[in-house]
Amino acid sequence: MKFVKSLAFLGLACFATVVSAAETLTVYSYRQAFLIEPILADFTKETGVKVDVVFSKNGIAERLAREGRLSPADLILTSDFSRLMELVDKELVQPVNSKTLSDNIPHALRSPQDDWYALTKRVRNIYSSKDRIGPIAIDYEELADPKFKGKICTRSGKHPYNISLVASMIAHHGEQETKIWLEGVKANLARKPQGNDRAQVKAVKEGLCDIAIGNSYYLGKMLQDPNQVSWAEAVNINFPNQENRGSHINVSGMALAKHSPHKENAIKLMEYLSSDAAQKAYAEVNMEYPVKLNVAPSKLVASWGEFKADELPIYKLAEYHKVAVKLLDEVKFDL
Amino acid sequence: MILGFAKRWSVTSYVVAAILTLPLVAIVIQTAAPDESIFPHLLNTVLPTYVLNTLLLMLSVCFWATAIAIPAAWLVARCDFPGRRVFQWALLLPLAMPAYVVAYVYTDLLDYAGPIQRGLRHLFNWQSPQDYFFPDIRTLAGASVILALVLFPYIYLLARTAFLEQSSSLQHAARVMGCGPWRSFWRLSLPMARPALAVGAALVAMETVADFATVSYFSVPTLTTAVYDTWLEYGSLSAAAKLSAIMLFVVFGIIGIERFARRRQKLFQKHTELNDGDRYTLSKTQGYLALGYCFGLLLLAFLLPFMILMGYGWQYFEVSWNGNFLNYAVNSLYIAVLVSIITVCIAVLLMFVRRCSPRKADKLPSRFASTGYALPGTVLAIGVLVPLTYLDFVINDIYAYFDALGPGLILSGSIFVLLFGFSVRFVAIAIGSVETSYKRMSPTLDMAAMTMGLKPKILLWRVHLPLLRKGIFAGLLLVFIESMKELPAALLLRPVGFENLATYVYQFVSDEQLEHGALAAIVIVLVGLIPLIYLNRSLEHRS
Repeated sequence: MKFVKSLAFLGLACFATVVSAAETLTVYSYRQAFLIEPILADFTKETGVKVDVVFSKNGIAERLAREGRLSPADLILTSDFSRLMELVDKELVQPVNSKTLSDNIPHALRSPQDDWYALTKRVRNIYSSKDRIGPIAIDYEELADPKFKGKICTRSGKHPYNISLVASMIAHHGEQETKIWLEGVKANLARKPQGNDRAQVKAVKEGLCDIAIGNSYYLGKMLQDPNQVSWAEAVNINFPNQENRGSHINVSGMALAKHSPHKENAIKLMEYLSSDAAQKAYAEVNMEYPVKLNVAPSKLVASWGEFKADELPIYKLAEYHKVAVKLLDEVKFDL
Repeated sequence: MILGFAKRWSVTSYVVAAILTLPLVAIVIQTAAPDESIFPHLLNTVLPTYVLNTLLLMLSVCFWATAIAIPAAWLVARCDFPGRRVFQWALLLPLAMPAYVVAYVYTDLLDYAGPIQRGLRHLFNWQSPQDYFFPDIRTLAGASVILALVLFPYIYLLARTAFLEQSSSLQHAARVMGCGPWRSFWRLSLPMARPALAVGAALVAMETVADFATVSYFSVPTLTTAVYDTWLEYGSLSAAAKLSAIMLFVVFGIIGIERFARRRQKLFQKHTELNDGDRYTLSKTQGYLALGYCFGLLLLAFLLPFMILMGYGWQYFEVSWNGNFLNYAVNSLYIAVLVSIITVCIAVLLMFVRRCSPRKADKLPSRFASTGYALPGTVLAIGVLVPLTYLDFVINDIYAYFDALGPGLILSGSIFVLLFGFSVRFVAIAIGSVETSYKRMSPTLDMAAMTMGLKPKILLWRVHLPLLRKGIFAGLLLVFIESMKELPAALLLRPVGFENLATYVYQFVSDEQLEHGALAAIVIVLVGLIPLIYLNRSLEHRS
């Protein structure tokens, strides 16, 4: 009898989690919760609406698809545009017509159908060793130049940031040329692709390589960490392709879940995330570039200088995502 | 064995196994969907390397783990040397460390930019990697050694239990016949421990195949990597499901070969306990060698990574301390306790039916139930969500039919989904532990019980359960510790607003900032330690 009672109790406990979830907004996030929690806390303070975040690096789209109309998700946050595209492709999001959003977020940084919005920009930079190379004007194309043989470090080619970069190369140069470029880059690598963007900067500091590919905000993050500041100080940040099309940028973004149970509040949160306060917080906490034009990047980020960004609309890159992965497999980039 | 074993036992075991196999079936069904020719593309490009890597990694991890675990288990169980009492539980400590944490610590320590190589360069004034040789940690060899360090306690634990439970009268007989320690080890203890070693090695093999976080630190792409790539980057669940099916074949193949090899081997023992006097007394030198071996192993597998973790925790205390730990720890504990109880109950039921049923077909459920362990957590999560969300829809449709507001995702959106997913994944461990204990129990016991007219239920309660005590305890605690550490399934399955220690730590590890999550990682280890020590005491307890 006791056993039955405890089973019943367990059942009730399970129900309880479902019921309590109904009174708050639910965010499914590809971004680490600790990055956005301070901003969400401000939102709660301002509106009284609580926000629960489920963080996962993988499989959110799959989960949403399974949950269908019963899904508790209101808002989805991603750290990369290809994930946004995946959500759109699988019809897991709904368009939001909000004047605030379209005023705050420039045209090229949101979906033409209003079904996703960018929140921050991140630049795929080329870091160079301060001691051995110094600041250089460099194009992504030059990474395949034999003059850099054995001098380049990067993380796995299959990481979304690198896939996006490859996709943008395909968009500009076509599949064949990109494949030759990838083979060239691979031949120039100082070591098998490994670690994250931070680890590449560290490798430059240690002299393992002279050049590394990495997102801009990592530099800011390292400069804030007393144990890593020496890595960051060993490199120069270079914005590639300034003489021609401009640097490749990726975006973090948001989309309203198709079956959002609290649509009104979810849109409120989206608008809040595009507001001056949140954009500023994003810029200061994450060292990314805000999408809202009148919000300045953090002082540190601004000190790296102005740069020209590739104007190819971001959603165009999505078409080449799978081709990019295929090319990476074909040249066995990570092996 | 038992004539007239009631049908409902078999039916129950089939139903339980069927429920546990649901996720697998869901995945197999997915393989039928078209996959846009991704599979042939993979076959032509990277897949052969991935398969080779997987096989090599699995074999070398099993080899290293067995090679380091057996001497330790034997020394601790059958010899007397300084520190034996400490090592018998201390060597279980590595189990409390999540593999991805150990991998993180070691890659950080040993790669080119790490403190060791930096120190060497500074000392000898080397300028570049061309100036000297240092083994590359991020290779298949590096990964297999580190994984073996993390996983060897499975084999150690089962082997030690086997060595401890080996009847002392056999050992006495061997001694009387003039067998020294070495010969008695090779000719008696080792062959008798083989079922336990096999179960341990199978667990290690399955952990290795399912691992994703660790191999990705080491940049060693395996089949699991391929599963993730095809699923997440190519967006093809069906191609990913096909790859998972290949992985299952690999695992089944290995388990099958092992079982075939010892199909005629049956080892039964009377349940007698080892006395202290039965242990071999080592000479002083031998004793110190034994001490050195055990300490070295403990240092590499646990003390060093744990101390580094403590260092991070200390250094980054300000940024990483927040009051939520207690909350996360309670969540972790709650899930781990429930899952370990559920899986062990299932294991006992399935193994009991397997042992006692006169029907040949009743041997199958326990085999099928174990398959979940080899699935990578993420794939398993998808397999779990498919049937549960389907049921949720059915439930909500029924409510809607009666014009009532449905309860929402009461199965796939609540703790139930975590319990189910974890049980599917870890029931293999419980089954393995219970099976090892059963293997050593002579069927004559059952026959005797039957001649006295015991019903199956009474046989289970009065005869088997007391004798299975150690296997059950080992199973409970192993599953508990695994559930504390399990990550990929937890990440995908946890209901909204539910965070536990593993998912919390992972936020930081995924960004290669373990430093900031070190405090939570320490709590995972500490919470795992208490049951480990308890596990050991229960195994030690002579009554």
